[in-house]
Amino acid sequence: MGLVNLLCAGWSGLVFLFLYIPIVLLVVYSFNASDLISIWGGFSTEWYVKLWNNGPLIDATKNSLIIAAFTTVFSVILGTLGAWLLYRYKFPALRPLGTLIFIPMVIPEVIMGVSLLILFTVVSVPLNQWLATFTEAEFAQGFATIIIAHTTFCFPFVLVAVQARLTGVDPFLEEAAMDLGAPPLKAFWLVMVPYLLPAIVSGALMSFTLSMDEVIVTFFVTGPESQTLPLKIFGLAKKGLDPSLNAVSTVFVLATAILVVVADRVRKFKH
Amino acid sequence: MQAALGAPDPSGTRRPGLFGWLLMTPMLLWLFAFVVAPTLILLVYSFCERDDLGQVVYSFTWDNYRRIFFDSDTGEFGTTYFTVFVRSVIYAGLTTVICLVVGYPVAWSIGRAPESRRNLLLTLVMIPFWTSFLIRTYAWITILSTNGLLNSFLQYTKLIEEPFDMLYTPGAVVLGLVYSYLPFLILPVYGSVEKLDNSLVEAAFDLGAGPVRAFQKVIIPLTQPGIVAGVLLVFIPAIGMFAISQLMGGGTDPTIGEVIQNQFMQARDWPFGAALGMTLVVMFAGAFWFTSRRQAAVPG
Repeated sequence: MGLVNLLCAGWSGLVFLFLYIPIVLLVVYSFNASDLISIWGGFSTEWYVKLWNNGPLIDATKNSLIIAAFTTVFSVILGTLGAWLLYRYKFPALRPLGTLIFIPMVIPEVIMGVSLLILFTVVSVPLNQWLATFTEAEFAQGFATIIIAHTTFCFPFVLVAVQARLTGVDPFLEEAAMDLGAPPLKAFWLVMVPYLLPAIVSGALMSFTLSMDEVIVTFFVTGPESQTLPLKIFGLAKKGLDPSLNAVSTVFVLATAILVVVADRVRKFKH
Repeated sequence: MQAALGAPDPSGTRRPGLFGWLLMTPMLLWLFAFVVAPTLILLVYSFCERDDLGQVVYSFTWDNYRRIFFDSDTGEFGTTYFTVFVRSVIYAGLTTVICLVVGYPVAWSIGRAPESRRNLLLTLVMIPFWTSFLIRTYAWITILSTNGLLNSFLQYTKLIEEPFDMLYTPGAVVLGLVYSYLPFLILPVYGSVEKLDNSLVEAAFDLGAGPVRAFQKVIIPLTQPGIVAGVLLVFIPAIGMFAISQLMGGGTDPTIGEVIQNQFMQARDWPFGAALGMTLVVMFAGAFWFTSRRQAAVPG
């Protein structure tokens, strides 16, 4: 058995090399002075300077941050409330409801993308007719549709994270607050929310990362004004090698790594 | 992560009452508007027709489904679309098997590592897990392309004289998929390995089982929930993924995700795209049903 464990450990070392060598090369070559990816022309931060002055990329980053922020807020509200209600009350048809919540987490992204695209197209005509009766505003695919799509697949992750923490909760905690005269919502806010905070924060970070990274669903529900960073990267990567892509990617990887470590710390935080 | 893999298991005790229902309404409405309704519309569209302008005509037809499986001229079974399905299943299946073989020992090592080191190793798996697959795919493009890092390294070391094409091959697509989805397999399997009771493994050895037999009869059945979850987490996204196959496959041998995307964005044949999508959904429902039955059949 000792030998088997040793072999497994050695194999794991190789797999970690496989996982990290491409990322390390990506980062290293983002500091390459040469225009050609494959030739090392000395150290330079030229691509980062160019990145900073690249208007469309900066705009796409801003769009992504706005979308991820809204998605996170909606997901936290829907997910936390949903987990708490499912924990507190016995709703009828629980199994179908559980499956329904589970579907957005596992459905292939391309299916979710095209079905939302059809939905938004189908409702846009009557919705715009109705809107035209009292306002100038028009419904079109863009920020709103992306935020809706992202929230749909992000909030179940918050719900599951909060649910996992709720299983360890003392049911009398909330009872006690209500016995002392707190109405249910106040008891929830004052007793449950602080207790659930680590799960809520880690769910929020998860939603934020998922939303920042998503490209497939976004591809179908985006509009002309709402280019996100991953869509931009997808477009550039299709064209071929580009050192500024290395620079964007490096920033992205660094941000993700920080978020992962923070989320992990928060999740393990015990009262 | 383990918790994220099973359907949420709701367990309340009180009846909801008006207050409970009122608070539940936003989530229920959301699920109906953006999960149930779109799927139903997709189903309806898959039976619709398309006029010459690309507009959808609401009339019932089986033609979209027939076009997937039967040649429209000869009526014989087998079409390019069917081939695309088969190709996608092969890519995704191969990816899943490779991820399982490569990832299982890693999950095992992490699960058996001393607690102090376990956290660091897990974080090392989490970072690629959460890093955009797009960026990780681009990393491989810089390595594999004709004027990429690997070719220039091989030329520099005089192993080859001319650069050769590694990108835009089926092998590159599978490599890209494996690279992207490997952490999705390691994490759930790790969850099962961590829970594995060591005394059961030792008991198997004490009773005279060799490593192979112990693995087969004790370790695999006990870690099966993690294996099933990991396999589903790799297979499902891998089969519909069009970005990786587009970036690393070069579009000559498209996968089903690419074809669906093409029907919606370029060919503008939404009913046919919807039929392709529904076929994919039915395949998944079948795979889920099959694995959940298998899982139910295994004791423990």
